Amino acid sequence: MGLDIRFPIGIMFTLIGLLLTVTGFVTGGDPAFYKISLGININLDWGIVLLLFGGFMWGFAILEKRKNKNQ
Amino acid sequence: MHQTAINLTFIDYSILGLYIAFVIGIGFALKRYMKTSADFFLSGRSIPAWVTGLAFLSANLGALELVGMAASGAKYGIATCHFYWVGAIPAMIFLAVFMMPFYYGSKARSVPEYLKLRFDERARAFNSISFAIMTVFASGISLNALAKLLNQLLGWEYNICLWVCSLIVLLYVLKGGLTSAIYTEVLQFFMIVLGFAPVVWLGLKDAGGWTSVKDKLAGVATDPVALNLVSDASKTFKPDAWTSAWTPLIAGPSQNPMGVDLFAMIFGLGFVLSFGYWCTNFLVVQRAMAAKDMTAARNTPLVAAVPKMLFPLLVILPGMIALALSATAGKEYRLPQAIITQARMTTTIASIKQSASGGTDLATAQENLSAKAGVSFNPAKIAALLKSPETLTASDEKLAIRLQDAVVNDYDGVILSLVKRYCPTGLLGLALTALLASFMSGMAGNVTAFNTVWTYDLYQAYIAPDRSDDHYAWMGRMVTIVGILLSIGAAYFASMWSNAMDIIQLVFGFVNAPLFATFLLGMFWSRTTATGAFIGLVSGTTASALFHACTISQGNVPGVKGGYLAKLAVLPSDMAQNFWLASFAFTVCFLLTVVISLATKRTKSDEDLKGLVYSLTPKQIVTQAWYARPEFIGIVLLIVCVYLNYLFW
Repeated sequence: MGLDIRFPIGIMFTLIGLLLTVTGFVTGGDPAFYKISLGININLDWGIVLLLFGGFMWGFAILEKRKNKNQ
Repeated sequence: MHQTAINLTFIDYSILGLYIAFVIGIGFALKRYMKTSADFFLSGRSIPAWVTGLAFLSANLGALELVGMAASGAKYGIATCHFYWVGAIPAMIFLAVFMMPFYYGSKARSVPEYLKLRFDERARAFNSISFAIMTVFASGISLNALAKLLNQLLGWEYNICLWVCSLIVLLYVLKGGLTSAIYTEVLQFFMIVLGFAPVVWLGLKDAGGWTSVKDKLAGVATDPVALNLVSDASKTFKPDAWTSAWTPLIAGPSQNPMGVDLFAMIFGLGFVLSFGYWCTNFLVVQRAMAAKDMTAARNTPLVAAVPKMLFPLLVILPGMIALALSATAGKEYRLPQAIITQARMTTTIASIKQSASGGTDLATAQENLSAKAGVSFNPAKIAALLKSPETLTASDEKLAIRLQDAVVNDYDGVILSLVKRYCPTGLLGLALTALLASFMSGMAGNVTAFNTVWTYDLYQAYIAPDRSDDHYAWMGRMVTIVGILLSIGAAYFASMWSNAMDIIQLVFGFVNAPLFATFLLGMFWSRTTATGAFIGLVSGTTASALFHACTISQGNVPGVKGGYLAKLAVLPSDMAQNFWLASFAFTVCFLLTVVISLATKRTKSDEDLKGLVYSLTPKQIVTQAWYARPEFIGIVLLIVCVYLNYLFW
């Protein structure tokens, strides 16, 4: 109905993914920070996953929009 | 409860802020598409199946599910999966294949309206009134739980949490109607999965993987009293009690932590309760009815069934992981409990010493202890303390440890304790937003179901028929505001009178139990008459109440738990009582509906019932290939479901 929900989902997760990835980069050098998550830089790792997911969703939405425009 | 509050940084708040901005933004973006009442209440029937499917699932997922399933995962182990694999999937498939054609194909705009078309106003009135009240209370319970959680976890003020969360939901539902609710539910679905998956993954890693979890739970099963899982010191289970879904169930109620027998599980939960919810509850059916065509509508529950089957990994596994960690030395983790404060510990120690030396009986000793400590205790451990001569001679530190160890588990705190344990700032914001998202999706679902049932089935049907569509659209908006206010009221009620809340939920259980019998007979037997249906429904509800009044489960006192009129049967556990109650109510409703229908005249001709009864409805012209048909997809899903059950037999 008018709005393709993949746009908001894609954009939101891209932004959140970006936020987490940057956080992961910035805090990556501090081992005490990630002691709580078993030593894994979970912000960086999961941030990238979210970025990819958001990107895919957004990409799908753009493709769909182009396809509809061309019809 | 005095757990250490979490500190959020601006990163966490940013994630939260982004989420809130997007859900409100979606509402505003949809505002211009809300032209008619059909747009507002039914999304103009224009939504694709993948969206309605995920919304179908997400609306059902209040945070109570996230919190509650983790709690049950710790308390009952893998048997909790029955709520999904037995108690949901088959019903969802049935809805898709057999019932959606009637909901979508008839002119009904809601579930109660279907009842009116099929039977008469009496059945509709009964269903719409009970559903409207139920759904407002469900919303309130969810809201109350959320505000309490945020207060406990973050120290935010209860009232502010309540009103701010309600305002957010109000904003997006008011602007964008059902479409807004559905779209945000899809967003929230992804938020929930992506927010909790890392926590579960970290937990599994910490516990050493699934085999390690299984080993630890085997140990727990043979000594459940150590972790306060049972209140009888002599109770033990076979090692697979927490990790095997069917063997302990088949072995009988005393062999599984849930305390149910096979029949009650399959018929009571798997058939009556499960079909009763998934096939007749307008909260979920409304999402399927918003689909863009019949095929999409039928595929909606099937789309939902796929993630539903996999959800135990996300929601039940954390509970089991928590239990395994509690049983692992060196992990410094224990299932959450209410903490006895320093201030109260001294008087509590004095109390136990007094009871031990004075030879007080267990019940009185426990009462005194609880009064001093402000928490509940496991009777088995208190009994052990009273018997042990060490109690009078041991140091205060030792006694304090033993007393704290004897406090009952706060299972509802499990998922949060895992979030606190593993999440650094960043991921923390994500997990908390996921929790918030699950609450909001449940609340928005309830509010949209409420405003539709009110406007079409109560207002238009009985109060102000024959008004313009604009008027009903206006009413829909008004009642959204009213619905949210009522939810807030219900939340305050729940927070102040939790016992009264238990009673209300009990009553709703009574109403739900017989429902499916009415729908089953209505949809598949054209001879069912309106009088038969109505009397069956009312009798079924009364039968539920009577069953509850005359039975009790082991260890409970008569009262809210039942058994206050007579004690005709004692059931092994609360769950067992619940499942048997459902079975009984269904049977009564079914039999009475059949008998009275045969004894009364039909008021609707075959022509009237076209599109409402299976045998009188022309079959949908099938345009899809055989592998795309709901029947085929349904069978495939059932096979996968059976396979999952086999894997965890």
